[in-house]
Amino acid sequence: MNRTLWVILIGACLIAPFFVYPVFLAKLLCFGLFACAFNLLIGYTGLLSFGHAAFFGSAAYVCGYLARDVGLTPELAVLSGGLAAGALGYVFGALAIRRQGIYFAMITLALAQIVFFIALKAPITGGEDGLQGVPRGNALGFIDLSDSKAMYYFVMTVFLAGFWLIARIVDSPFGQVLTAIRENEPRALSLGYNVARYKHMAFVLSAALAGVAGATKTIVFQFASLPDASWHLSGEVVLMTLLGGLGTILGPMVGAFTVVSLQSELSGFGSWVTVAIGLTFIVCVLLFRRGIVGELEHLFRKRSSSVKVDQKPAVRPESSTETQ
Amino acid sequence: MKNKMMTFALATVMTASSAAQANISGDEVNIGVLTDMTGLYSAVGGAGAVAATEMAVEDFGGEVAGKPINIVSSDHQNRADIASSKSREWIDNEGVDVIVEMLNSSVAIAVQKLASSKGVVTINTGAGTTALTNEECAPLGIHYVYDTHALPVGTATAIVENGGENWYFITADYAFGQSLEKNTSEVVKANGGTVVGSVRHPLSTTDFSSYLIQAQSSGADVVALGNAGTDFTNAVRQAGEFGITDTQTLAGMLVFISDVHALGLETAQGLQYTSAWYWDQNEETRAFGERFLERTGSMPSMVQAGLYSAVTNYLKAIEETGTDEGKSVRAFFGETTMNDMFHKNATVQPNGRVIHDMYLLKVKSPGESERPWDYATVEGTIPGDEAFIPLSESTCSLKK
Amino acid sequence: MSLSLNAILAQAMLGLTNGAFYAILSLGLAVIFGLLNIINFAHGAMYMLGAMVALIGYSFLGTWIGFPELQMGFWWALALAPLAVGIFGMIIERTMLKRLYQLDHLYGLLLTFGIALVLQGFFLNYFSTGGTPYPATPDVLKGAVNLGFMHFPKYRLFAIIASLAVCFATWYVIERTKIGALLRAGTENPNLVQAFGVNVPLMVTLTYGFGVALAAFAGVVAAPIYSISPLMGADLIIIVFAVVVIGGMGSIMGAIVTGLSLGMIEGITKVIYAPAANTVIFLLMVLVLLIRPAGLFGKER
Repeated sequence: MNRTLWVILIGACLIAPFFVYPVFLAKLLCFGLFACAFNLLIGYTGLLSFGHAAFFGSAAYVCGYLARDVGLTPELAVLSGGLAAGALGYVFGALAIRRQGIYFAMITLALAQIVFFIALKAPITGGEDGLQGVPRGNALGFIDLSDSKAMYYFVMTVFLAGFWLIARIVDSPFGQVLTAIRENEPRALSLGYNVARYKHMAFVLSAALAGVAGATKTIVFQFASLPDASWHLSGEVVLMTLLGGLGTILGPMVGAFTVVSLQSELSGFGSWVTVAIGLTFIVCVLLFRRGIVGELEHLFRKRSSSVKVDQKPAVRPESSTETQ
Repeated sequence: MKNKMMTFALATVMTASSAAQANISGDEVNIGVLTDMTGLYSAVGGAGAVAATEMAVEDFGGEVAGKPINIVSSDHQNRADIASSKSREWIDNEGVDVIVEMLNSSVAIAVQKLASSKGVVTINTGAGTTALTNEECAPLGIHYVYDTHALPVGTATAIVENGGENWYFITADYAFGQSLEKNTSEVVKANGGTVVGSVRHPLSTTDFSSYLIQAQSSGADVVALGNAGTDFTNAVRQAGEFGITDTQTLAGMLVFISDVHALGLETAQGLQYTSAWYWDQNEETRAFGERFLERTGSMPSMVQAGLYSAVTNYLKAIEETGTDEGKSVRAFFGETTMNDMFHKNATVQPNGRVIHDMYLLKVKSPGESERPWDYATVEGTIPGDEAFIPLSESTCSLKK
Repeated sequence: MSLSLNAILAQAMLGLTNGAFYAILSLGLAVIFGLLNIINFAHGAMYMLGAMVALIGYSFLGTWIGFPELQMGFWWALALAPLAVGIFGMIIERTMLKRLYQLDHLYGLLLTFGIALVLQGFFLNYFSTGGTPYPATPDVLKGAVNLGFMHFPKYRLFAIIASLAVCFATWYVIERTKIGALLRAGTENPNLVQAFGVNVPLMVTLTYGFGVALAAFAGVVAAPIYSISPLMGADLIIIVFAVVVIGGMGSIMGAIVTGLSLGMIEGITKVIYAPAANTVIFLLMVLVLLIRPAGLFGKER
């Protein structure tokens, strides 16, 4: 990502709360980070996880518990949430990367269900009631987050740090290898890369960052609850990423902002929100597989040069051959 | 935040200019009805709760202290996180002055805590857990209709006295169910009965078979259902299928008129239950019931009738105090004795608990019922001080 | 909790009822997956749709079309709802799924996920998540039979038998008839089958229609047991996915056997350690994956 884009992004983040309800903005950023973390896996490694809510949710609970019952400061609680999700990602990743394509998706989904039921039954999670009354606390021990704007800037810092990290990973040699695996796994293998280890690393990183997003959400809403770990959320994050553009750096953020705004705008129309989301999904899959940012980039590139653009969808076409 | 500052600014301006002018934030009174519109409790509250609120506002004349009254409503979907973020938005952005109904204990606990911290009154007519006026009590929260302590006092006592000594619970696994099971067990034990076991089910369950079989193999005399809404009706129907009702007594710990309506008298007859209100008690209640029936197509549940009364009294409080500021309104409730079609000589304790009489009802047989919605007879009255936890025993920190 | 034999038998019988539904649903998924290579996320929604068609056909349809006394009874629903849903499925296949075959098969999963959301969301606007009881259970099937260790509702017994009958009929058609042979050939090598003059696209459409019709059939059978709710298929489908992963996508019989046995295992777990009942299937799945990554009946490739 170039410098101009960074300046615009940071500038927009800084002035936004003077125009829009800060709590809503904080929510946007949390889900934006979640989608970006997810994109690291699907967009850059070509693995579709259908259980990413497990990481978002488990970190939300861990963070809530540590902030409320142990009394950690919010930044430490968020960090611990991310670490816990990363550890969970290590285990899930080890199990799931043994299979590919559709099997990979279904295994992650089923593993996430185990997390969901633990969240439902474990004594500290509050079951159906959720883990309520998490204090926003004082960031670094002295910044009072009970003020909405202070809280927003806290979330913004977390978001920008996470986003920066993802951008760095993507541009790093490690990220290049991931892309190589996505494009052609056998070739990456034949070049001597330990493909399984790279995939596993990407899985852990993605899980940890998704966890940071979930933990931050807990601090904002003072709440961790079952929907944070449910498969509906796992599906939603796929939609956000797909809508914004798989494998584009800004896409997932745009997608997350669109979906969350849509939900908020339509919240007065009851379950028609679900219908609208489902329709968006269908339209995206059928017509705009590149996503909003992907389509824009495509248009831009088509205009600026006549270089042939890769038409392939971001998910590897051959990933399902194994299951045939 | 904004709301608070506005109130403060207005307060300064008002006292400076004319004391007679009412002190209403944003020059209007906004009532937020937070209820279950689509889920298992939608027949108990839902659209009927919004209708009850509208009726109260209309009957009050549409304005209070010279300012218009608005109603906003939202579906909490039985999720405390949705409820709490919606309430936050209402209070921060839309100037909502009071949040009412909240038919779900998890929702009620979360919203009551949040609203009180932001200076907004909550009047809970829907949720049941006693935590709301005990460990989770909040300075601006009012618990209006019933609670899980009041329900078993009549029902469980009557059943134990009729020989139902060994109890088994099928309980909804969340704040309400847990609280109801605990309170009911206390009543059962106090009357000499025993609790032989219990099983918990997730909220909004449609298949109760395995729980019912566990209850059956426990050999208990009484299978108590610590759940409500369609959870309750589903369990009762399936209990019939598995022949549970042949050998064991079913006890509904929280039954609404909408449940009896859904089950039909054939299935529900003979069921004893406790309620804060029944439409066919006297002229006043019948008049309200008929009006409500005309408007919505069903007789009001105690939650809906209680909501009408709660909103009316809230508006009265604003009229009398001249402000919609949370603390003053709540203080007014603390000093008043309420008398209306919903309850007589009702008072509000410092912990937010409304004290009024409760009634033990018995569902009629199809032969006894003379007209649609003629479903129950009032078997007895449970005086308010017996039904509810005495203030001296409340664990609420605000009880002085 | 007593560990009595009666309690275990009773829970196993209830588990068998659930297992019958797992079997018929995973069977439909397997049939669709075999030919289309798509995991049909909309399968749960189709199951719900089947039940909804039965309910609407009985309670509302007559009034809508101006004949209030017209009520589609249970037996009619058992035949017509799968037909209607099957046709609906075929339309979806023709208009949407067809466009995705040359792409990664994960797009099929995502598309059907979207379809599931639309269907669920639509019905959520009109029906309570608490469930609406099915009003037209046939009188013949009301009441209970005494199995010695429990009173078992006649209807549930019927549900088990009906589901198994349909499962085995499907197995027979696919494994023992000429149509089935073509279908299996199409699974192995669609181009070759096409070259023999078989209309493969039509076969694909019919297969998808049949697969979702199975789901709808399960939905109608389930309607009198569980209340009809817009979300009735949503949570079930996740369990069925785990069943499919455990069984492997390899064989029709695998889907049936795995479905039934997992239902019973789940039921028995309720007696032994109730809180684990919801997770036992997922834990088994992890175990199976560690030992046999292709699933119990799947072929390793």
